[in-house]
Amino acid sequence: MHIPDGYLSPSTCATLYAGAIAGWYAALKRVKHLLLSRVVPLISVFAAFAFVVMMFNLPLPGGTTGHALGVTIAAIVLGPSGAILAISIALAIQALFFGDGGISTLGANCFNMAIVGSLVAYGSYRLIAAGSSIASKRRTAAAAIAGYLAVNAAALVAAVEFGIQPVLFHDAAGTPLYAPYPLSVALPAMLIGHLTFAGLAEGVISAGLVAYLQVADPALLQATSGIPEADVTATVGASARSPRRLWIAVALLMLLTPLGILAAGKAWGEWSPSEFARAGSPGQIAAAALGPTADAPAGMQRLANLWTAPFPAYAPAFVKSAAFGYLLSAMFGVGFLLSLSLLAQHYLARRRATRYSA
Amino acid sequence: MKRGGFLESTVVGFARALSRALMSEEIAHQPGLLQSLDPRVRVIGLFALVLAVTLSRKLAVVLTLFLAAVMLAAFSRVSIGTLAKRVWLVVLAFTGVIALPAVFITPGNAIATFAGGSLHITAQGVATAVLLLARVETAVTFTTLLILCTPWTHVLKALRSFRLPQEVIAMLAMTHRYIFLLVETASQMLESRQSRTVGRLPGREQRRITSRTAGVLLSKSIALSNDVYLAMQSRGFRGEVRILSDFRMRSWDYVGLLAFLCAGSIAVWMGR
Repeated sequence: MHIPDGYLSPSTCATLYAGAIAGWYAALKRVKHLLLSRVVPLISVFAAFAFVVMMFNLPLPGGTTGHALGVTIAAIVLGPSGAILAISIALAIQALFFGDGGISTLGANCFNMAIVGSLVAYGSYRLIAAGSSIASKRRTAAAAIAGYLAVNAAALVAAVEFGIQPVLFHDAAGTPLYAPYPLSVALPAMLIGHLTFAGLAEGVISAGLVAYLQVADPALLQATSGIPEADVTATVGASARSPRRLWIAVALLMLLTPLGILAAGKAWGEWSPSEFARAGSPGQIAAAALGPTADAPAGMQRLANLWTAPFPAYAPAFVKSAAFGYLLSAMFGVGFLLSLSLLAQHYLARRRATRYSA
Repeated sequence: MKRGGFLESTVVGFARALSRALMSEEIAHQPGLLQSLDPRVRVIGLFALVLAVTLSRKLAVVLTLFLAAVMLAAFSRVSIGTLAKRVWLVVLAFTGVIALPAVFITPGNAIATFAGGSLHITAQGVATAVLLLARVETAVTFTTLLILCTPWTHVLKALRSFRLPQEVIAMLAMTHRYIFLLVETASQMLESRQSRTVGRLPGREQRRITSRTAGVLLSKSIALSNDVYLAMQSRGFRGEVRILSDFRMRSWDYVGLLAFLCAGSIAVWMGR
């Protein structure tokens, strides 16, 4: 999954570098809260470990072998921030010292494997293993599933990056300038390999490592277990944090929503059937890439009127200002989702309380 | 499959990585064109050429850059045979397999038809496959030249002068150092296991051995990081990293930098 130089356009590389830099910055800031003198050797040695684990030939059912990525065990032992840094460092050394993976695509590789991989691995592991003891079998299964999901999520993101290249970057004769396959080819091609071998390899090694640590070194599983009395000094940035900053970020994003109306044209893929007829619209460009027809796809026309949103086109009829309508819609949408999640939280807390008191 | 083949192939992989790293150290210390330039110029210059390769949309420009890469290799005493074996054939095998179907499935003007009209080779398909292959070959050659002609410590110092955070440089340096230690440790563990293995192990057992070995390696790594931490503390480390930067730009380095940037800009302008 290490994308070499030349497969992605410079603008895609720049966008993914920006995404990766944001991830690195956030991760570095989080681990800096902890004892930096402790963090530097821990992440370095873990990155070296991940690098070596990537070289292990793992025999898989069916007689083939696969290579793991090491991102799941990093997320389980170090937490997401530590894993993002450790895997990124390992990928950077692979690119800059061993020539494995490109320099222009280092941002993309780190974004896919270190950032998406770590977050998916950490999220799914915590979710599946929630409430189980350190030695529980569920924790081993959680590591296996987390590894499988993380590698496939990273492959999915990489496949999307490949798949958008021929649509966005081609010359006048229609020759794709970078990765040549559209999403309809790139997605199945990438996912078949990862759903079978690569995902399995990561799942097997993660489960094996967690099973080993449960017996030999359970303290290493403590930090991300969600069980109190975690030994904070042995881990990186996995502790629970106050959600205040998250609230501020959500509020800021809501205030920034009117920026959406400044953008020219429609968001990619959010076209109405009429967009396909307007010359030069992204909808028409996409239709041209799919085939010779200039009309909206028939299925889209048929289904377009099936559902009318309560706030069609994001602005209620009684609101004259589009910006105000946008903001109101954002507030309503976010408010609706927050109420749902608060209700769910309340319900779960009550269930837990009745279970412990029983 | 050989007995204990999965252990052996991992050990062979480790040995290959180590020998490649050693070869880089050797070439980097030979006198040559790239070696004579300041490491910062090498890093900026070769990164600029990689960028020019990815920005350029014309095959002729990419091929010219490829020729420039070959000449740069020859003047820097990098054997063309090594490049062919280590880079060009590997890229051809990997990207060639990926690019080949594009010849047939890219929509465009058919230039040849097979299998009773159901299979076409299109002009656009051939163009995209050749462009992708040329681009990847050229970019990887430039990257390999940087790696072969610059000791890792110099790459790190060059990165430091580009204002990368000190902690990141420290982590890159330490990781690089411990990769070799851990590769050796893992190699010894697998070799000792292999020497005690008789017959062919069932797949389940093979997987168990691999993940247990990785587990022991993880425990050793964490113990090692604790030792390193204590060693750093005992020497007064308090989280602040200081890296000496003793590179001096000479007029020759400015000439080199100018040449790289001019070549890159011309390539981008010609290939737009």
